[in-house]
Amino acid sequence: MDWKGYSRDGTVGVIGIGSFGAAVANLLAEKNPVIVYARDPEVVDEINETHMARGRKLDIRILATNDPEMICEKCQILFPMISSNGFKEVMALFSPFLHPYHFLIHGTKGLVLNLPEGKDLTNVSKITRENICTMSELIHNETVVRRVGCLAGPNLAKELAQRQPAATVVASRFNEVIMEGQRLLRSDNFQVYGNSDIIGVELCGVLKNIIAIAAGALSGMGLGENAKGLLVSRGMVELIYLGNALGGSTKSFVGLAGVGDLVTTCNSTLSRNYTVGYRLAKGENLKEIVRDMEEVAEGINTVRLVRKFLESTELRAPITENLYKVLFEDFKVEHALQFLMKYPFNVDIDFL
Amino acid sequence: MTDDYIKHQYAPILPRKDEWPVVKLSKDRKAFIQQVVQESVDRILQITGNQSHALKEELETTLYRERMRIKQNPWLVDPDDEREFWSKVKASLLAINAENHFGESERKAAFIQLLTSIVTRYVEEIAGNFKHSHYKMTRRIATYGFSRLLNTARVKGFKSFFSNQFTLQDKIQIIGETDQLRDLASKGTIIMVPTHFSNLDSILIGWTISTLGLPPFIYGAGLNLFNIQIFAYFMNALGAYKVDRRKKNLIYIESLKTYSKEAIQFGCHSLFFPGGTRSRSGMIEAKLKLGLLSTAMEAQRNHYKNGVSGVEGKVFIVPVTINYHFVLEAPSLIQEHLNITGQERYYKEMDEFSNSYKISKFLVKFFTKGSDISVSIGKAMDIMGNYVDREGNSRDQHGRVIDCKDYFMSKGKVTVDHQREEEYTKALGERIVEEFHKINRVFSSHLVAYTAFRMIQKANKKLDLFNLLKIPEEDISLNYESFKDKCQEVLDRLKELSKEGKVHIAPHLKQDIESIISHGLDNVGMYHAKRPLIRNGKGEIVTHDTSLLFFYHNRLEGYGLERLF
Repeated sequence: MDWKGYSRDGTVGVIGIGSFGAAVANLLAEKNPVIVYARDPEVVDEINETHMARGRKLDIRILATNDPEMICEKCQILFPMISSNGFKEVMALFSPFLHPYHFLIHGTKGLVLNLPEGKDLTNVSKITRENICTMSELIHNETVVRRVGCLAGPNLAKELAQRQPAATVVASRFNEVIMEGQRLLRSDNFQVYGNSDIIGVELCGVLKNIIAIAAGALSGMGLGENAKGLLVSRGMVELIYLGNALGGSTKSFVGLAGVGDLVTTCNSTLSRNYTVGYRLAKGENLKEIVRDMEEVAEGINTVRLVRKFLESTELRAPITENLYKVLFEDFKVEHALQFLMKYPFNVDIDFL
Repeated sequence: MTDDYIKHQYAPILPRKDEWPVVKLSKDRKAFIQQVVQESVDRILQITGNQSHALKEELETTLYRERMRIKQNPWLVDPDDEREFWSKVKASLLAINAENHFGESERKAAFIQLLTSIVTRYVEEIAGNFKHSHYKMTRRIATYGFSRLLNTARVKGFKSFFSNQFTLQDKIQIIGETDQLRDLASKGTIIMVPTHFSNLDSILIGWTISTLGLPPFIYGAGLNLFNIQIFAYFMNALGAYKVDRRKKNLIYIESLKTYSKEAIQFGCHSLFFPGGTRSRSGMIEAKLKLGLLSTAMEAQRNHYKNGVSGVEGKVFIVPVTINYHFVLEAPSLIQEHLNITGQERYYKEMDEFSNSYKISKFLVKFFTKGSDISVSIGKAMDIMGNYVDREGNSRDQHGRVIDCKDYFMSKGKVTVDHQREEEYTKALGERIVEEFHKINRVFSSHLVAYTAFRMIQKANKKLDLFNLLKIPEEDISLNYESFKDKCQEVLDRLKELSKEGKVHIAPHLKQDIESIISHGLDNVGMYHAKRPLIRNGKGEIVTHDTSLLFFYHNRLEGYGLERLF
């Protein structure tokens, strides 16, 4: 492989080449040489030989490797784009090669559990905030990298690949990370906003998946736009309450990564979480749906985790609670809806 | 860290006093002060955006506040020419404004000159005046005097006054990573960050530092303490520089921070009480003041920027907890705490330490009666809160050696980024609080106070804290048997936590529960006029002062023990 021109300054790394990873790698490649890490040697060869990754077209300036040491050595800025269930493992793999000068900007919209050895959701009585990690917190726990950021916003991979106009949020406690993110990603068709509330922005991306499943379910039942408007608005309130309880600020939820992403995901038949809800409403069960999916629908895990977290708080989150019953307790979608319609919401907005 | 205390004679790590950084600094005092002044002026100019109108505003604000302070809150230590100086500042400001023929640059130069004179005055005041002869003297007096008192009280018989059977180290036990601290102190620069409960702490730490054979540390002591002669003497001897909490103007704060930063960069080991003031609630500090910590961060970055990247330029953070059965100022501290409604305001200084006589009386009591103190030295960390090994290398969470300089690198260069360093300092503060809880050492008195207060609280579930503290003390009593059972339960949980490395427990907690309780009751707040917890004639556990009990109970907050109640 010819790595000339892929010097230490300026080359950007992308870890994971799923649909979102590929879209971000292409955006980055508009300005800088990009190295992609893929675990599967076949995928690496496919990228290097044909500039394709599992059927997705990649920019010719993108090279691939399956050597974590090499990519850490060549790139000072890395974009982890992996699903939450593989995140910890990948960070453990990369940790020996990461240094405090690295920047990590992730695009993962999930949560992971942080429990003592041998414990999992099935055998703990309750979980508190300390037992839940966002990806930035996971990076903090597993590696020496402190300058961490995240990407969130209405960024459907398919539309990004077609170069349609869009925008994203780069969130980080460090201004320098936000500035780097903007410098690397901004283009004529892609706007990049900054936000210092990284936890809030991560939670926006994570929690909106719950509402996306519910939106799919409404469509699956053949319901129309009134119902969707109701869901988006009540979903927004629920996100804000959950988000505050987990340490995010309300402001982030009314921004691009919050309401912006929520509206997009709830209207997009392209979204995986939406598809889960849709097929549930059509009468399929969760196992069948998951089996057919190429990539993970983060929302499923999020619902389970958040439901458990709710048990140790005074908080009520009716949409999440009912969705949990539908997903894991064979509750009918119609019953859940009926329940929600009877739920005594009486105040429209009480958080601003 | 072991729980056993280390009674050990330590040889000084730098036997020749000329090698002590603080001695070197006091030799170069004049040049050093000039450097601090110059840098402070530069910083203030930078903050005011190099604009003469902004600078003028800053000067006017400072003048106004200083005149208010002189009028409303004068102290004994204030220099006699205070009024005169600020009148002159006022006159100069008026003159500069009135000067019509001044061009922009002349006006600015005049402002800068005025600024320099103020900064010089501040830095002269802040700068310590370390005298080696005083230091030696103080140390000798303290060690000799204290051990006489101690031995008279403990060794029976005629010759006891001259006995050397007990030394101060029996009274004040030093535990923890003493060897690492000594190693690192001879390699890099130490920032010691202790918890702060009592005004005695500074003397205690000063003694600890000298017992461990370390050269003196410099530290910022509240100017108010210099009002009391006995303290002033000790402080000057121990390398203290002066911090005046009344002065909250930008010019003063920048001068103070620059002084601290330059001293660290010079290689002086420093002592910060990162809580800012004594913990009024009796709780281990949960939120730290980051101002002085940020100077350590800056000093470290400057070393890297100037190419000093070896261990000689490394700054090490060493957390320390001081563990007491008894805090002399507890009654007034807890009253203040309860009066605070959340806002920072000016406090009248307490009266327990108001004069030398009272302090001497306390010291005699302290050394002739029981009640031991222990000082736990924590593991050293780098400026980012990573543990370091004996050579001073930073280690990541998996034990790999990492280069601390990399935290300040961007695109292959060390860069100055204040926002980045602000975030780093915040994170360091959180790390220090975490370490405080780990190295904190639980005493029997903490155990009984915690258990008793929680039981009282549980029995009065419907009352909020303030109403709870208003219950007449006569109406409160606890059955001894159930108190004993609960103490055992709390103790068991503490032992588990200790196994997980989340707290330390004193060796006296290894006895049976009855002895622990009686030890705890004997010791908790033992010299207070109203005892926080005792056993009455009927064998019940009662309190004479619920607020004090609350104070001593707070020491074990933050470990999740409330779940047991």
